[in-house]
Amino acid sequence: MTASVLSVRDLRVWYGTERGPVRAVDGVSFDLRPGETLGLVGESGCGKSTLGRGVLGLLPRGAKLDGEVGYQGRNLVTATPREVQLLRGPDLGLIFQEPLTRLNPLLRVSEHFEETLRTHEPGLSKEQIQHRGIEVLRAMGIPPTRYRAYPHEFSGGMRQRIMIALALVLRPSFVVADEPTTALDVLVEAQIISILGDLRRNFDTALLFITHNLGIVAEACDRVAVMYAGRIVEQGPVTEVFARPQHPYTRELLRSTISLATTGLHYIPGAPPDLVEPPSGCRFHPRCPSAMRVCPERFPEPVVVGPQTVECWLHGPDGLIPADGRDPLVREEITVADEA
Amino acid sequence: MATPNTPLSGGGGPFPQGRGRAGRALRGIARPYRSSHGVGRFMLVTGTVLVVLMVLTAVFAPLLAPFGFAQVSGDDGQRFATHLEPGGDHLFGTTTQGFDVFSRVVWGARTAVTVVLLALMFSLFIGVLLGLLAGFVGRWVDRVLVMIMDALFALPALLLAIVVAFLLSEYVGGGASTAALAITAVYVPQYFRVVRAATVSAKEQTYVEAARAMGAKPVTIMVRYLLTNVIQSVPVIATLNAADAILTLAGLGFLGYGIQPTEAAEWGYDLQRAVADTGAGIWWTGLFPGLAIVLLVMGLTLMGEGLNETMNPAIRVRRLLPVSMPELTSRTSAPDAAGAGTGRERGAAGERPEQETSKDGDAS
Amino acid sequence: MYLVTRVLLFVPQVLVILTIVFVLMRVAPGDPVTVALGGQRSPEQLAELRAAAGYDRPVIVQYGEYLSGILRFDLGTTIVDSRPVTQIFAVNGGATLTLTLAAFLVALLIGLPLGLLAGRYRDTGLDASLRVFGILTYAAPVFFLGLLLQLAFARGLGWLPSSSQASPIVLARVPSETNIFLLDALLAGDTEAFWNGLEHLILPAVTLGLLLSGVFLRIVRINLIQTLRSDYVEAARARGIRERRVVVQHAFRNAMVPFVTILGLQVALLLGGAILTEQTFNWNGIGSQLVRYLDSRDYVAVQGIITLIALVVVTASLLIDIINAIIDPRVRY
Repeated sequence: MTASVLSVRDLRVWYGTERGPVRAVDGVSFDLRPGETLGLVGESGCGKSTLGRGVLGLLPRGAKLDGEVGYQGRNLVTATPREVQLLRGPDLGLIFQEPLTRLNPLLRVSEHFEETLRTHEPGLSKEQIQHRGIEVLRAMGIPPTRYRAYPHEFSGGMRQRIMIALALVLRPSFVVADEPTTALDVLVEAQIISILGDLRRNFDTALLFITHNLGIVAEACDRVAVMYAGRIVEQGPVTEVFARPQHPYTRELLRSTISLATTGLHYIPGAPPDLVEPPSGCRFHPRCPSAMRVCPERFPEPVVVGPQTVECWLHGPDGLIPADGRDPLVREEITVADEA
Repeated sequence: MATPNTPLSGGGGPFPQGRGRAGRALRGIARPYRSSHGVGRFMLVTGTVLVVLMVLTAVFAPLLAPFGFAQVSGDDGQRFATHLEPGGDHLFGTTTQGFDVFSRVVWGARTAVTVVLLALMFSLFIGVLLGLLAGFVGRWVDRVLVMIMDALFALPALLLAIVVAFLLSEYVGGGASTAALAITAVYVPQYFRVVRAATVSAKEQTYVEAARAMGAKPVTIMVRYLLTNVIQSVPVIATLNAADAILTLAGLGFLGYGIQPTEAAEWGYDLQRAVADTGAGIWWTGLFPGLAIVLLVMGLTLMGEGLNETMNPAIRVRRLLPVSMPELTSRTSAPDAAGAGTGRERGAAGERPEQETSKDGDAS
Repeated sequence: MYLVTRVLLFVPQVLVILTIVFVLMRVAPGDPVTVALGGQRSPEQLAELRAAAGYDRPVIVQYGEYLSGILRFDLGTTIVDSRPVTQIFAVNGGATLTLTLAAFLVALLIGLPLGLLAGRYRDTGLDASLRVFGILTYAAPVFFLGLLLQLAFARGLGWLPSSSQASPIVLARVPSETNIFLLDALLAGDTEAFWNGLEHLILPAVTLGLLLSGVFLRIVRINLIQTLRSDYVEAARARGIRERRVVVQHAFRNAMVPFVTILGLQVALLLGGAILTEQTFNWNGIGSQLVRYLDSRDYVAVQGIITLIALVVVTASLLIDIINAIIDPRVRY
């Protein structure tokens, strides 16, 4: 088995607010091997983006990071800001959701490349920089004639390809793609997906692909991690997870996507939980159709089911479930009604 | 009243109903003070204290000032010595004309507060009226008014005030109302802009249409919408304008177009007289009225900025609070890709305590 | 394209302002000649002067004359001392230009770096004290600040002269060529006069500059805070660009764009402050001339000076927009 490029253990990212800490990411673990793409899915506000940023140490002031992000034998959580800054770019890349505002409007595209390459590869000559920039832009389908243009002269799809080119020009071994296609139309989306696919085939880049589009995950990812309320509730190979989801939340999420066979829209009742005061025990229990008496009582343990890992009491371990724990949970009509 | 079910009724404020108008108003005033924090709160509180002190001085000027503002002799009929240094009978000294500086500073507070209140009322009234007119009628009325207001806005504020004061002095003479009207001309365009913008957007609000269909009178809806939208920004604008108005008034007085010295005490006029004194090393005739201006303007500015910071969510500082994470009880490797990992011991209890101790802030 | 529209808009904008100035000056009771000279001349003389100045004609004709006069750069002749108004600008404009430019420089030198510091280290003690400084410079009227500086540096320490553009002997010695004293002194090769003039400039320029520097500080601070939160700054960090470069190259530069836009509005503040500063420091510029003619109720002179100031303000904002278009590639065409 190949060694992991990145291995995340018990990562937590909390924000301090007046109401108390927001547990945006609350104990997440996963591994990524070279050339592997891990899809990270979940509803808005479940902590997906925070997780992606946290891995790269790009958190706003006031956020607290804890746990372990292992990269090349180093823990990025405890590394100095300077060390992490030097890794960002040549080792760790990030592609953003909204490409329109990500390029500095006052700088030419060429200046973006010059700045990036000079920072990380100080030895390069001006010609080499230009060559590298134009090459990677060409690979993204941007003609060399546009190298000196300003960002506002490009369309959204082109800007996203420029952003990807900027991330790839340093050939990072790990890239976080944070909903890179959400703001783009479908045709551009397909282009971007295929570019990212080429990338991992050609350079063995490991990709953390954050999205809420399950179709993209099925198409572009090797494994998938399903996130709910700051936790990864289920992860495993895409085909297995999609064919045999083990966590009720994964099941509900898959049911709520639209396909040709869809006759009516399905949605999960209730809103994503408050991350300041998350529900007790399993965080999904207030919305879970299969909730049991043990679910609000205790935090579920990660359990291995086939090739998947699931945090759900339905799969045990039986030893930890109290005698009547498997009885269906009786709920009074809860907040869900008010929210709706 | 609009039907209670329209979305507009939510604009009445987050206060429970049935507490009485006065109670609600008080709570409305108190709200920014309670919800502010950090620098914003410091500015708001310091500013308010300064302003309240100045207003109290203005109100109780007859009790606080030992002499009249134009008084040059004591009760015994003996003239005050001129250029007396601070101390003794004359706390802040006396001027070239023999006025008591302390008394003039105290009476000056009364003039400043009166003129600024008048000016704010006038400019609010005219600005709101014209803004509503432009917003409602639209078309050429709107275009002409906007052009005029933009042109007025482009002129230096002080110049505009000087010209208006100059022209009015031909009709009315140089009293407090002349000064107030001159200052009014400066601030009308600002209120006009705010009210016009709110009126235009009120007209465009689709839910206004929706509410109209439900039977509420359009005028009622517009008024409610405007009140809730304009009234939010008025305290900030009015406070900051008041600060600016004090400076404009002092500027007018300094140039000799403000209030005549025989009618009231005015800080700007006193400073004009003091410029000639500096050459002789007489500092007290200028320092005290000048400090009075600085304190009042600073108070109003701090108050306005503090209000802005607490009421305007866009620039509101996100409060950074320290986060303490409970240690995880033990760390074992999480499941890896093949799922060969073992489950972690992760007691539910270890994760919980933080939750109960979380502070309940203003959960509004 | 943008610039063409902007320049075309300039014409109606100026027309509206000029009309307002004209209307304002005509709502006053009585005709300008009688107001200025009534009681000093015989009725016949007054009527003669009125006819000569054109005040016996219909208002609309006068309005037309006023506008066409501006095109010919002719703003009439003052009533009290029969001087062409444009001559006031020629003689006294240099002093105001020197003062405002120097003050602007002072404001930039103080306001810009302090604003960047405050924005960069927002919510720290440094930021708080810089904000207090900004509020103080705003809250202190220019003439009070000028008075304090006079007391401290001229009267107290005796380092600097307290008023006027130069010492009387020096003023008399330097021949007026450009009516900009410092330039005249240089043209005459009189370095002593030049230093003398510079010495006299320091206090007024600092006084007026401090007023403006507080405004600059606030604008720069707010804009920097906004650009530091922008998406491209985060993206630059994500590419591992050094924090210093992120702040300078991405945040500072972009914060300058709105700052330059707002500069246009500050010209009005600068000119308003100049009127007061000139009065405080006995600085013989346009502002002190305005006050002089206001005192003698000379409407023609007052109208002319206000027209000039209004034109300067509007032109300055046009220039600022052009400069802005050069800095920001997004509005360049």
